[in-house]
Amino acid sequence: MRRSVSLYGLTFSLPMLLWQLFFFVAPLVFLIALSFWTVRNFKMEADFNTINWVTMYGRSVFWQSYGLTLALATAAAAITSVLAFPCSYAIAFKLSPRMRQWAIFLMVIPFFTSYLVRVYSWQIFLSDNGIINGLFASIGMGPFPLLNTVFATMIGYLTLSFPLVVLLQLFSLIFIDRTLIEAAHNLRCGRIRTVFAVVIPSARVGLVIAALFCFILSFGDFVSPVYLGGGDPTTLSILITDTTKSGQQWPRAAVIALTMIGTLLAVAFAAVGFAYKGRTK
Amino acid sequence: MNDFNRNRFVEFGLRFYILLSFAFVFAPIAASFVFSFNSDRFPSIPLGSFSTEWYVAVASDPLVWAGLRNTLFVGLIVAVVSTAIGFGAAYTDFRYRFFGKTAYLALALLPPTIPVVILGLAMLAFLSRINLSGQSISVIIAHIVICSPFAMAITRLRLSQMDPDLEAAAWNLGASEWAAMRYVIIPFAAPAIFGALFITMAVSFDEFAVAWFVSGLNETLPVKVLGFLQGQVSPRINVIGTFVFVISMTLVIFAQLLLTGRAKDAPAASND
Repeated sequence: MRRSVSLYGLTFSLPMLLWQLFFFVAPLVFLIALSFWTVRNFKMEADFNTINWVTMYGRSVFWQSYGLTLALATAAAAITSVLAFPCSYAIAFKLSPRMRQWAIFLMVIPFFTSYLVRVYSWQIFLSDNGIINGLFASIGMGPFPLLNTVFATMIGYLTLSFPLVVLLQLFSLIFIDRTLIEAAHNLRCGRIRTVFAVVIPSARVGLVIAALFCFILSFGDFVSPVYLGGGDPTTLSILITDTTKSGQQWPRAAVIALTMIGTLLAVAFAAVGFAYKGRTK
Repeated sequence: MNDFNRNRFVEFGLRFYILLSFAFVFAPIAASFVFSFNSDRFPSIPLGSFSTEWYVAVASDPLVWAGLRNTLFVGLIVAVVSTAIGFGAAYTDFRYRFFGKTAYLALALLPPTIPVVILGLAMLAFLSRINLSGQSISVIIAHIVICSPFAMAITRLRLSQMDPDLEAAAWNLGASEWAAMRYVIIPFAAPAIFGALFITMAVSFDEFAVAWFVSGLNETLPVKVLGFLQGQVSPRINVIGTFVFVISMTLVIFAQLLLTGRAKDAPAASND
């Protein structure tokens, strides 16, 4: 290797550093400062005042949304992981390599379709005279209220993260040492027990990371709770968009955002710690 | 694996479960496609007659065209800049070892993990301080932050397949660093560079949340869709959705062809 600091090297390394420091790190740091600013007569003033923190943390509405968002995101992570696992397991172990390639390709497609359009499409399925209730009506049942329920919000979270969770689980399942599974079978370990005693522990890191991503995505999503869940009860992300878009209460929105970042960091560290627990490397 | 507890019913059940999963994933995409050609204003079963009236309605809406122009304008610039930035970061990772490299890589890959509402709020507050909010440039800035990690990841994957000695060999044969970059590294990474261009453009096409926060009056097409959603039930969303889907898929398939098609002649790619 030649000199490590040169005009040549900096040409390639600096743009990313500068761009992300200036337009990614700086806005997030600015959010911290902003949370101590005050709003007078609909104008923000630079200040050092803990009023926003005190106001927001003093509101029971805030803590209700916080608990609700946490519960919804946790449920989404658990439900998505459980529903995705048989799918990724089957793709990893029951399909030929060629079919597996196709399955992976098909799972990538949703990332390039508009999430908004898919959510709107679920409205078509779930509304009172939508597709599902239409099917129920044809056998003389319903209509069941499906839209604007927690169930619909969950469908939205699943739409958002199911493909990603399947892919992440899949990549950890593919790399499991197959001889371990054969050994378990040769030792007359039953199918279900093999899954729980061999497959899941071997793939733990990937499974936990997948659940973590589902948690992060659901925790921050405001589209599903609004357009499928009906916006009531309010999640933190709805609270942020409302506080930002109606009126100039950006400092309060910053308090919510920082609380969310803190929670996500805590959850991420806990999850990663759990994933790698007991690993030597 | 010829194990003793292979059971035909379980095999069948698992394969069927894969089909169910894909049905769930593709149901909304398919429904949006079908209902974009449906004559009824309020989507319900049974379907109305085949109609392209919503396509006509969308095509004759000047606001949609303005949104599309914005989206394309933003998408093109974002693709070029974030691919360049991502390539630089990936090359830095490939070539150099330095103090704080882990932090450097974290900074390069982290932005997509921050929830978009938070990023949107932070961007809006920050950019309006420096008088850059409410313009197309604000969306471009924000989208480059989100897209360059994708470009970085794609290029990094390609460079990891390259023998580091190739570059050193070029230097030994008298090439300057710049010449080695021009005649060795870039030709080798070319499929990844083009792949990254298409992928980042596709990501920018679909991103709506941050764009919604910072765009002001210069809305991109997905932000328009969000506006339609807030208004009322409108089959136009299906039309725009189908349209955006076709564009994005075209970009992704191009990227896929470039990434996998050329990967087979990987050793040859370095000496052309």
